[in-house]
Amino acid sequence: MTAGTRRSRWLWPGLALPGVLWLAFLFVVPLYVVLCLAFGTIDPIFRSPVPAWNPADWDLSQVRFVLTHIVGSDGIFGPAIERTVVFVVLASIGCLAIAYPVAYFVCRFGGSRKGLLLALLIAPFWISYMMRMLAWVNLLQDDGLVNRALSLGGLFPVHVSWLDGRPSTVVMGLIYGYVPYMILPLYAGLDRIEPSLIEAARDLGASRWSTFRKVTLPMSKPAVIASLLLVTLPMIGDYFTNDLLSGSPSTSMFGNLINNAIAVPAQVGAGATFLIIMFVVLLIPMIYYVRASSRAEGETV
Amino acid sequence: MTTIEAPAAPAPAPSGQLTGAAPPRSRLFFVRWFKNPWRKPRILEAITWIYLLWSLLPVAIAVLFSFNSGKSRSVWQGFSWRWYWKDPNLSVWHDPDLHTALVHTLVLGVLTTVIAVPLGIAFALGLDRWRGRLPSFWNIQMLLSFVVPEIILGVSLFFVATQLPIITPLQTGTWGQVIGLVTFQMSYPVIIVRARLITIGKQFEEAATDLGASALGALRRVLLPMLLPAIFASAVLVFADVIDDFVIVRYLSSGTDTEPVAVKIYNTARGAPTPALNALASLLLLASFGAIVLGYLGYRFLTRGEGKSSLGSFAGQL
Repeated sequence: MTAGTRRSRWLWPGLALPGVLWLAFLFVVPLYVVLCLAFGTIDPIFRSPVPAWNPADWDLSQVRFVLTHIVGSDGIFGPAIERTVVFVVLASIGCLAIAYPVAYFVCRFGGSRKGLLLALLIAPFWISYMMRMLAWVNLLQDDGLVNRALSLGGLFPVHVSWLDGRPSTVVMGLIYGYVPYMILPLYAGLDRIEPSLIEAARDLGASRWSTFRKVTLPMSKPAVIASLLLVTLPMIGDYFTNDLLSGSPSTSMFGNLINNAIAVPAQVGAGATFLIIMFVVLLIPMIYYVRASSRAEGETV
Repeated sequence: MTTIEAPAAPAPAPSGQLTGAAPPRSRLFFVRWFKNPWRKPRILEAITWIYLLWSLLPVAIAVLFSFNSGKSRSVWQGFSWRWYWKDPNLSVWHDPDLHTALVHTLVLGVLTTVIAVPLGIAFALGLDRWRGRLPSFWNIQMLLSFVVPEIILGVSLFFVATQLPIITPLQTGTWGQVIGLVTFQMSYPVIIVRARLITIGKQFEEAATDLGASALGALRRVLLPMLLPAIFASAVLVFADVIDDFVIVRYLSSGTDTEPVAVKIYNTARGAPTPALNALASLLLLASFGAIVLGYLGYRFLTRGEGKSSLGSFAGQL
């Protein structure tokens, strides 16, 4: 028996060990490599990055270069960061404006069609993001169906170059791309609200609107915040929506800065610095999300 | 209800006077309809259907044009299988660039699922039962790897593969992509299995150990069979997610022969693509939906007799 309990004491850590090692070597160590590259130097002859493995040797020149070029007269990185904030805020608001009514409708009034509606809402999940963007590239090209529809089949010549670096196209693409990821967590959150609470409010004379405002909305707040985070975090790192739907530097975002920098050996350090900035800025929302989701786990025990 | 007495209202409607409390009835049909507290939620319903149309129609059109007999992706020139296999050079079947992309995508999907799911199940069980501070630290790491933007993980792995080429086994190429994908996807089975562990509770396992089973025996003969639906659902989820992955596989690809479909689409969508690209994307879509349908049927089979709407709980797993 003692041999058995001793073995079972090591059973659980033993099961966790491969995952722990995997995360340590492939999640934690790579993040350290990013630090070493950002605080490293550039070889003066080969223009290739020289990482500084020892924190004692860390050199601040590359980080300083990036930080001093965000604002001010030579703020070459500032506009992209500003644009990222504007685009992500607009797209998140757009996502919520679409996702909340849809999730609310399916949850409360789905009725017998709930299964079908849910299947249709989940469908975009299984369609590759790139394919969904390709679909819009097809529709929005100069002789695409959108321009054709706007010109009513050629009656009025419409020549809008939708894919020529238009912020509106990029924001639309972000909303289109990320809305599905918001609807499901919102639906799950709304579904957890006891229907009896809503019925009680209605029975006691509250109108539909005030029931929503005073019961449903406050109770769905955690789901709203979680789903907003679930959408904004990847959006901040997005660069491909922009590349596909605009391709112009006039709409480039923070993700594009990173993606373009790491393609050039001499700018790898700058790319690593951008990555650290992104990680630090997102750390608080990420930790909030992690804590909220582990709290939710704890509650159901 | 007090608005009736407001001086701005010139003459309260007679029905309002009779009952004293009912709001004035508007003569406008729309206003009357809008004020009815038990009306059907037509506006919400309209938003939902318009959204579904907006979200699915563009993809349906893209699939439709993969069957176009001409080169255009916006003018319909008749139905054909040209871009799938009829065209001797440009079709998915005959263009080696396109069909290697499709095969490579499916290979990545299978390899990643085969590694990530067992790793994740063991990790979930370990984290759930192992007491102390260490497991909660690694739980946070795991959840962080789940929420971190993919570009951060992708670029950091790309740095590992390109900046320390001698000392790491992580190289760009198929295995590098699989390792990166496993890192990113492992959290799905962990989260799903842990959620299921919580609903199962400990009583079955305790009963088994009370009856003389060892901890390992109880795990193997009681817990794992009960976890099977969750394991299955997470495998489907990982597979479907991997074949749609873009950021990690792009950074860790070593050349055109390790570029999966998503990267191919990214590289050519703004160039001068033919409908063969739509055909390639449609085939990937077919693979995705095939996995989901199989997954759903399998899940229904595994959870038969549980008496719950299986579509709902399958969707809940996802």
